[in-house]
Amino acid sequence: MSAVSAALTERIALLGNPNCGKTALFNLLTSSRQKVANYAGVTVERKEGVMHTASGRRIKVLDLPGAYSLNALSNDEAVTRDVITGHSKEVLPDLLVCVTDATNLRLHLRLVLEARQLGLPLVVVLNKMDRAKQLGIVIDKKLLARELNLPIVETVSLHAHGADELRALLDEPLREAPPAHWKPPGVEQVLATQRDVLGIFNRTVTSPTIDKDPSIRIDRFLMHPVWGFVVLALVLFVTFLAVFSGGDVLSGWIEDGFGAIASAVEANMADGPLRGLVVEGIIGGVGGVVVFLPQILILFLFILALEASGYLPRAAFLLDKPMSAAGLSGRSFIPLLSSFACAIPGIMATRTISHWRDRLTTILIAPLMACSARIPVYTLIVAALFPDDAMAAALVMVGLYVLGIVAAMTVAWFIKRSDKHAARSPLLMELPAYQWPDLRSLVIGLWERAMIFLRRVGTIILAITIVMWALYTIPSPRNSDNGMQRSIAGEMGHALHYVFAPIGFNEEISFALVPGMAAREVVVSALGTAYAMDGEADDVDEQLRERIEREWPLATKLSLLLWMVFAPQCLSTFVVVKRETGSWKQMWIMGGYLFGLAYLASLITYQLTALLTAP
Amino acid sequence: MEASRAQTISLDQLPEGNWATVADVAVPADSAGRTLVLRLLELGFVSGERVLMVREGRTDRDPLAVRLGHTTFGLRRREAAFIHVTPST
Ligand SMILES: Nc1nc2c(ncn2[C@@H]2O[C@H](COP(=O)(O)OP(=O)(O)O)[C@@H](O)[C@H]2O)c(=O)[nH]1
Ligand SMILES: [Mg+2]
Repeated sequence: MSAVSAALTERIALLGNPNCGKTALFNLLTSSRQKVANYAGVTVERKEGVMHTASGRRIKVLDLPGAYSLNALSNDEAVTRDVITGHSKEVLPDLLVCVTDATNLRLHLRLVLEARQLGLPLVVVLNKMDRAKQLGIVIDKKLLARELNLPIVETVSLHAHGADELRALLDEPLREAPPAHWKPPGVEQVLATQRDVLGIFNRTVTSPTIDKDPSIRIDRFLMHPVWGFVVLALVLFVTFLAVFSGGDVLSGWIEDGFGAIASAVEANMADGPLRGLVVEGIIGGVGGVVVFLPQILILFLFILALEASGYLPRAAFLLDKPMSAAGLSGRSFIPLLSSFACAIPGIMATRTISHWRDRLTTILIAPLMACSARIPVYTLIVAALFPDDAMAAALVMVGLYVLGIVAAMTVAWFIKRSDKHAARSPLLMELPAYQWPDLRSLVIGLWERAMIFLRRVGTIILAITIVMWALYTIPSPRNSDNGMQRSIAGEMGHALHYVFAPIGFNEEISFALVPGMAAREVVVSALGTAYAMDGEADDVDEQLRERIEREWPLATKLSLLLWMVFAPQCLSTFVVVKRETGSWKQMWIMGGYLFGLAYLASLITYQLTALLTAP
Repeated sequence: MEASRAQTISLDQLPEGNWATVADVAVPADSAGRTLVLRLLELGFVSGERVLMVREGRTDRDPLAVRLGHTTFGLRRREAAFIHVTPST
């Protein structure tokens, strides 16, 4: 075995409790941009990357979901356990990097001791050393290394050079680990390990008393049964107000910009199909979606700041009781909240829910949370409803979100009722230390988001829009006289109209819903293209909203809004539901109930409004 | 030990704002209960640790926010009931 001890590290895996900074460290080592946030359960999949050691050697790094213990309770912890105990298809890492939170070694050391039983070479990382120093926590590193009989390095994963010590250590030959065989520990063994941990902790760490810790007072306020809810409501209200009024100014600039480009193209390009494609398809269609970038970024600014602060698990705590009335627990809160950005990460985040029934319910209702791709459609129609009243528009917008949430809770309640034997799943979640959002991470996070959105617009949405434009043009182009007739799109819209006429959708909307299944925003770009074809290029930017305001009856506007709240989401959501539940049946159940709900809600709204507004 | 045992209560009975010291943790016979208790032990709810009842929910005093060392945990009454503590005076 002596040959082994001379070998160099080729692949490492990052192991540690949730929220100790594994992903932040992974990002620093591999220059990746995986999601980092201040709560447990952010990473739910293994992620691989490549890093360079101090001497420039390339080695593989594996980021793993956080685990309090190898006695896995949930799906994400099981992934971690399987990878490092050799029960997955993965090649075993030749070095485990056990990441700990230096501010909370009392909790995090236990996993180090458990990992020692795996028989793999091990390095201990004391992360968040910046925080530990601020808090006046002193760790006797030499003694700790001796007590654990393991190499120890300090890191600050948020600083550019925060992992240099680790990079250097990875150039040293691997130490041989004493052979061992891990078995899931029982109560006695856990108690024994905890006694060891306490001994080591007391000998090596001195920390100031926590009795006067200000975070206790903040906790008492933010989780107060009355004030806590007041704060939560304020946070949500300010977020929505900012998204739906703050974005307007910036969107206006983008709109003007596209208007100017359209005029310039109009003036400098010969009339013909190509100019039509550019002005009507790309500027009228894609431009109509890009104007929503500011709003989406403001939403993400708030989400990112909240995620970094540590507030979200407190909100989940507050909502545990209200949600349990619907048969869910506070644990479903964060997956559901993520679904406001996009249902896909939200559905994946349900892997942290240990109880299958709860997890399935959360997956099925996640699409009812209004994802950010719906913002363009909501905003467009609400703005057409209230052209001069930003406050009323913001309130209606909040109403649409609330409606989605209420519907989700109702559906969850029905699922619970249909399953009387369901056991309550435990809550048991960590409420991590508060932290000011790191400015650099915020800016990078927003930049990332902007790029994701623009890439989406530049690829899938652009491609679909071009196809749509072609469908509107062949065999005979749409114009203000013939309306939808004589183009393929016209015929399709006409056919679909039979299904959607009872809920008040015109042919343009009916046709736009089809590509809308690929990406919600396309509903806007498809309408934009259709209307742009009817008019002059220089007012492309204003046409869409004004025409909707002028031409659609109130009943149609309301009906489409409700459709958007309930209708089944993009195809990718279907794919993820199938993958996460492993069942076609669940996927069809989700699609079916959402479609039924949407059709019913729109039908009632349309017919009632039409009746009430009839002359 | 004997003297303190007399004043032991389960953690869910600890009034809001009060500190206590963990005495022991009951290990139930059923497997779901055992799994839960094992996790409580792994998180550090072991004899000798000090805990603070930070907050309790209003409806049925559920859930509970309990401070243990540098971490606050959110848990339900039912889960807290396995943990026996001696209130600090
Ligand atoms: N102050 C400080 N915060 C850190 C450090 N590393 C990570 N964090 C923060 O700790 C939280 C959890 O980080 P993350 O990488 O998502 O943890 P993971 O769950 O272990 O992957 C985030 O809010 C990070 O910003 C560090 O070295 N210093
Ligand atoms: Mg992570």
